[in-house]
Amino acid sequence: MDFLQVTLYLLDGFKLTCLLFALTLIISLPLGLLISFCTMSKIKPVSYVARVIVWIVRGVPLMLQIFIIYYVPGFFDFNIFAKVDNFFFLNTGMKDMGRFIAVLIAFSVNYACYFSEIFRGGIQSIPVGQYEACAVLGMKRRQTFIHIILPQVIKRIVPPTSNEVITLVKDTALSRVILVSELIMQAEKLMASALIWPLFYSGVFYLVFVGILTLLFNYIEKKLSYYKV
Amino acid sequence: MALLEVTGITKKFGETEVLKGINFELDKGEVLTIIGSSGSGKTTLLRCLNYLETADTGKVVLDGEIIFDGNEKGKIKAEEIRRKRLNLGLVFQSFNLFPHYNVLKNVTVAPTMHAKEKLKEQKKSISRLKGEQKKKAKEELKKRKEEILSGIEKEAKEVLVRVGLGDKLLSYPCELSGGQQQRVAIARALILKPKILCFDEPTSALDPELTGEVLRVIRELKNDGRTMIIVTHEMGFAKSVSDKVIFMSEGVVAEEGTPRKIFDNPENPVTKAFLASAKDSDF
Repeated sequence: MDFLQVTLYLLDGFKLTCLLFALTLIISLPLGLLISFCTMSKIKPVSYVARVIVWIVRGVPLMLQIFIIYYVPGFFDFNIFAKVDNFFFLNTGMKDMGRFIAVLIAFSVNYACYFSEIFRGGIQSIPVGQYEACAVLGMKRRQTFIHIILPQVIKRIVPPTSNEVITLVKDTALSRVILVSELIMQAEKLMASALIWPLFYSGVFYLVFVGILTLLFNYIEKKLSYYKV
Repeated sequence: MALLEVTGITKKFGETEVLKGINFELDKGEVLTIIGSSGSGKTTLLRCLNYLETADTGKVVLDGEIIFDGNEKGKIKAEEIRRKRLNLGLVFQSFNLFPHYNVLKNVTVAPTMHAKEKLKEQKKSISRLKGEQKKKAKEELKKRKEEILSGIEKEAKEVLVRVGLGDKLLSYPCELSGGQQQRVAIARALILKPKILCFDEPTSALDPELTGEVLRVIRELKNDGRTMIIVTHEMGFAKSVSDKVIFMSEGVVAEEGTPRKIFDNPENPVTKAFLASAKDSDF
């Protein structure tokens, strides 16, 4: 295989990596906000349960969580992901959709928990005076949060969020543990044909991706620097 | 009848009794200053009037409307509190401007929200109409919305010019001095046309050379006949701007009266002691 062929072959896996990355963000960011609300809830049982979930999810390796999500339904004779695999294969010809969805669930929940702590820190760092100012100006709680609190929270959480997002790019490689053909697994497959260099070459894809994200986050930070707190 | 009648306000934080039954009245156009040492309950009283704290007992009647009733406090809905508290405005010690909005937006954001809420209700009533009628009503509403929003902006500019910030409309709070920020905060409270404007130590967070510009604005408001309640440590200012002074000590009104009475002939020994210790600062 020449360089171009290898590149195309790796790109195939990279597509899946990107898809997993994008979908995880789309799901975990709002889910993380929801979880942060739960952990901050004044209703004690809600906050307690949310905190325990965050503790478990952050306390167990993501790789193990992928295994758990994918294999545990089988113990109950309800191998949902195999069924999804079959369903998609029969109807659309797409392979391994069940595995992909299992990984997506694991990633989304895992990252949502990390994001929830970032959001919680951001929200709690807004001075109480901002809420009081909104209150005496007759704003509703919703208006206060959306127009006054959230924009300030976003500015504060850009740096820690960018860290998590960059980690996510590389964590996608974990999905190969249940044989989702992402970038590294594609590179590994080539080892069967005695090609080792594609494995190292795959690092370039991650580097470029993270480079673009770094530029993007720098741009966002700059955009939000029009005011100081 | 007085514009504001406050009777029997008490407030405990845990076991600490911060307010032990506060009574006072305020007439329209009067300026009341509340003085007293730190921890005497001045700020808590102001916060109770503005619903930032809920008093335990007592009653507040403003312009004939019950603003707070200790017997009904569990029953009142958030929406009603929101409406009632707009009768009063509050300027904070630490300004609490919205850092992500420029000066103009800081002033317009609340009235814009209120106006949009009203328009939304009208929009609902239009949705029942049909055909040509609906189209016409929609266009009218859109026009009215633009008029209202540009009206708010015009008003905000006027208010900002009045507090001397006509040239800072597009600045952000972080670009302003403390005195300028506090004047934006005053403009932000004024645009909602509260019946009573409250100030919670409006100059305490300012460098000494910046207090003058804020006090000048407050004095101008008095000249406009605005009813105000001011918690302050600026004794000279309190003496000259007030119609009525309340001296608070340990959660009670220790003495009240005209500024002349309080500052020149205090009866209560506690008042005397407080004024003597405040004397070397500025009057």
